[in-house]
Amino acid sequence: MAVNTLTIDGKEIAIEAGKTILDAAKEAGVPIPTLCHMEGVHDVGACRLCIVEAEGTPKLLPACVTAAAEGMVIHTQTEKLQNYRRMTVELIFAEGNHVCSICVANGNCELQDVAVEVGMDHSRFSYRFPDRGCDLSHSQFGIDHNRCIMCTRCVRVCDEVEGAHVWDVGSRGPDCFIVAGLDQPWGEVDACTSCGKCVDACPTGAIFHQGETTGEKEGDRGKMAFLTTAREKQQWTR
Amino acid sequence: MDKIKFATVWLAGCSGCHMSFLDLDEFLIDLAGLVDVVFSPVGTDLKEYPEGVDVCLVEGAIANEENLELALEIRRKTKTLISFGDCAVTANVPAMRNMMGNKTAEPVLERGYIELADENPHFPNAPGIVPELLDRVLPVHEVIPIDIFMPGCPPSADRIRATLEPLLQGKTPEMVGREMIKFG
Repeated sequence: MAVNTLTIDGKEIAIEAGKTILDAAKEAGVPIPTLCHMEGVHDVGACRLCIVEAEGTPKLLPACVTAAAEGMVIHTQTEKLQNYRRMTVELIFAEGNHVCSICVANGNCELQDVAVEVGMDHSRFSYRFPDRGCDLSHSQFGIDHNRCIMCTRCVRVCDEVEGAHVWDVGSRGPDCFIVAGLDQPWGEVDACTSCGKCVDACPTGAIFHQGETTGEKEGDRGKMAFLTTAREKQQWTR
Repeated sequence: MDKIKFATVWLAGCSGCHMSFLDLDEFLIDLAGLVDVVFSPVGTDLKEYPEGVDVCLVEGAIANEENLELALEIRRKTKTLISFGDCAVTANVPAMRNMMGNKTAEPVLERGYIELADENPHFPNAPGIVPELLDRVLPVHEVIPIDIFMPGCPPSADRIRATLEPLLQGKTPEMVGREMIKFG
């Protein structure tokens, strides 16, 4: 097995070739904040919270989609990174309509968690207040596009773990949104198996069980990793 | 040492932050010994915001002309302004009308006073008495500079106390961690 050795925040770490900087940081016990990353599905580098600095390059690298290379010297907690991470979270809040106090995920929300983690007590950017809708056409679930942060965890989990590929991303730039089927009401998409994996995968209150009230939604971020391991390694307990 | 001149202000909010302030319970008695409450909807019956206020908690977003005027006035007359709760910090629920576009006062009034009226539908009109709604609802810091942000809907009494106690000792509170800055 080919191995790369690198340094992360002063810690030397050896990691299997092909693994990412995020994998290496995890191995070294160095915490890096993430939102779009989820164990069990492939990474896309959508949220840019996991940016790190690598000596010798002026670019900030997303740790989840950058391969760990031999001899890399990585810093994960510099002032510059902390500043950009806070800015990223502020921009996510300003971009959608995240009214925490009336959200099903209030208290169980990964966006709230990272806001606390990066020390965001207010947004320096003006809120956009886009006009977005909700889709309650499914008999069990609902999607509130106001709370979507375009992490695409639902898209990936539905495609890669459930194999249904109900979700996709429609439109461009600030008009991007998650579409069901061919931009149909969710309830009319025959491919949906109503498995609820997208509900578990959603980091915010964007996808939820109908009938859940404020503060009731609890995501299960580890479920997809469990399912993937269960299938690949026949480990059916966690 | 002179007592600290302390004020609280209620703009476009539900008063929940002030209710949470009253949840300080017995600490309110300690607080009363340390501060002069010079302006507050729950502590005084004064209509004019006084000069030379040391610390002021501002609840609520900026939604109408009165909110806007008062915000500018309290900034001129206050040393340390604290954005008190999610409506002040993010504009929160009052700002949900902003999703209707750039000029949201009219459709909101239309819905409230015409469409839902059981009898005598008409817009409120009392110039100089009933303040006009602004086109958009804004967080307080988009209108005036803010010194300390205390999110929460509402901030718990513990969070309010942890913010005020250092200020009373002339220190700056550290607004970090889940206990101090979680929204909602």
